[in-house]
Amino acid sequence: MKILLRLLPVIVFMALWQLMVATEIIPENRLPSPINIILGIKELFVTGMPPGSTLLTHIAESMKRVLAGLALAIVAGLPLGIFMSYWRKLGDMLHPLVEMLRPIPPLAWVPISILWFGIGDRSASFIIFLGAFFPILLNTINGVLSIKPRFIEAAIILGAKRGNLFFKVLLPGAMPSIITGIRIGVGIAWMTLVAAEFTGVKSGYGLGYMIMTARDIQRADLILAGMAVIGFIGYCIDLIIRKIEQKLLRWV
Amino acid sequence: MLIIDNLSKSFIHTSTNESMQILKDINFTAEEGQFVCIVGPSGCGKTTLLRMIAGLERQDSGHIYLNDKEILSPVTDIGFIFQETTLLPWRTVLRNVEFGLEIGNVPKKQRRQRALEFVELVELKGFEDYYPKQISGGMKRKAALAMSLVVDPKILLMDEPFVALDCQSRSQLQEALLNIWAKTKKTVIFVTHNVEEAVFLADEIICLSTRPAEIYRIMKVDMPRPRDRTSPELNKIRKEILNFIKTRSHWSMPLIRMM
Ligand SMILES: Nc1ncnc2c1ncn2[C@@H]1O[C@H](COP(=O)(O)OP(=O)(O)OP(=O)(O)O)[C@@H](O)[C@H]1O
Ligand SMILES: [Mg+2]
Repeated sequence: MKILLRLLPVIVFMALWQLMVATEIIPENRLPSPINIILGIKELFVTGMPPGSTLLTHIAESMKRVLAGLALAIVAGLPLGIFMSYWRKLGDMLHPLVEMLRPIPPLAWVPISILWFGIGDRSASFIIFLGAFFPILLNTINGVLSIKPRFIEAAIILGAKRGNLFFKVLLPGAMPSIITGIRIGVGIAWMTLVAAEFTGVKSGYGLGYMIMTARDIQRADLILAGMAVIGFIGYCIDLIIRKIEQKLLRWV
Repeated sequence: MLIIDNLSKSFIHTSTNESMQILKDINFTAEEGQFVCIVGPSGCGKTTLLRMIAGLERQDSGHIYLNDKEILSPVTDIGFIFQETTLLPWRTVLRNVEFGLEIGNVPKKQRRQRALEFVELVELKGFEDYYPKQISGGMKRKAALAMSLVVDPKILLMDEPFVALDCQSRSQLQEALLNIWAKTKKTVIFVTHNVEEAVFLADEIICLSTRPAEIYRIMKVDMPRPRDRTSPELNKIRKEILNFIKTRSHWSMPLIRMM
């Protein structure tokens, strides 16, 4: 029942859209109908775009870049966040630098990143890393700062040294906030990816690349099919992280 | 042996920049194995005193010695039961009790077994796998007690540990604590608002004044154990303390009402 209720707006929206295309209120070559988009997805699956490069290979390629960038962002952002909140002096010192780099949109890094890493995987992963890094860093800092000082004191009295403090108090205590950071980070990473692939990946595969190829041959249906796939995967990723969150944060 | 030598402490209010004296010339000694209760009005500085003994707060002047060593940084061979419970919310009851042993690198099987013993001791059997948010305030107090006792500290600092417990659990835990204390001969510094509790537990009761807290009086409770809560002798001492409190207009109302 709940699922049906949630699907209803989607169905109504699609039906209206189909109707408008069928009655030629909207020209098909500008905005293809939902049915044609679904057929487009099928074509991407089977034939691929460019032919031979199927949807799944594009998805795999894009995922690879997102995972690489995200992993890098976690590996860098999480410890740095913990250090910056544990050693407040370090945090205060780095704060202006972080706040100056943060407002630069990840895509503004594309030119310099191409200069540094060339066109390809490394450049795209770097852009994704930048998108995911700041939410993870800032949420880790907030998470650690939200831990009651009593917990830290109690652990010290029980004999906790720095390592124990980091791994058994600060990290788990900040986990709710860290996961929020990762969720935001992944969202930004996924958004950034496609755009990074528009410009940052000339050859090879990837969803962004696939969409650009479809544009080159004026296939609006395939462009929208690609967009739909991106939206759907983004939704699935968020769902998965929420599931992990529920499992990991039963104590909250 | 714990020696508190001429301790004074002020706090500077960050907003007003005014200095407020909390403790003034506190002197007392707790022999090894002694059970000392500290009573005093709300806000007089009892928690601050315990925190200084634990090395979590620095005094302005004076010294604290634990077994002839001056306390200058956080002490790790003490048990500290904080006024607000410090169960880690992301750990279950059992894993909280285990925490100190885990930090001390006790092998998993041994620490599990020992933690279970203490869970049983504080009557939380059956709740091992509950998270702190799933148990009541009183149960949290019990778990916090187990969490500190499990590492077998030489000295126990307890900040109103049995507040918010029903009569029965309170009595049971008091007796459990006395049992452990009798067996292990720990030194206990026990802060409470409850004179009846202090009289039942203590070898010595330290009465503090309002802020800035000075020691008004140190009362010896030379009564054999196990004590009978309702015995006339205990009542007499209790009355003496209460009368003494009443004659000091300084003492805050809430404290008197609680007894
Ligand atoms: N970190 C701090 N900074 C400034 N003032 C503080 C600080 N900690 C405690 N105080 C002040 O010191 C006084 C004593 O506090 P403390 O917590 O020691 O009282 P207490 O005797 O334990 O009271 P209660 O019985 O209510 O627990 C209070 O007036 C409090 O406002
Ligand atoms: Mg207090």
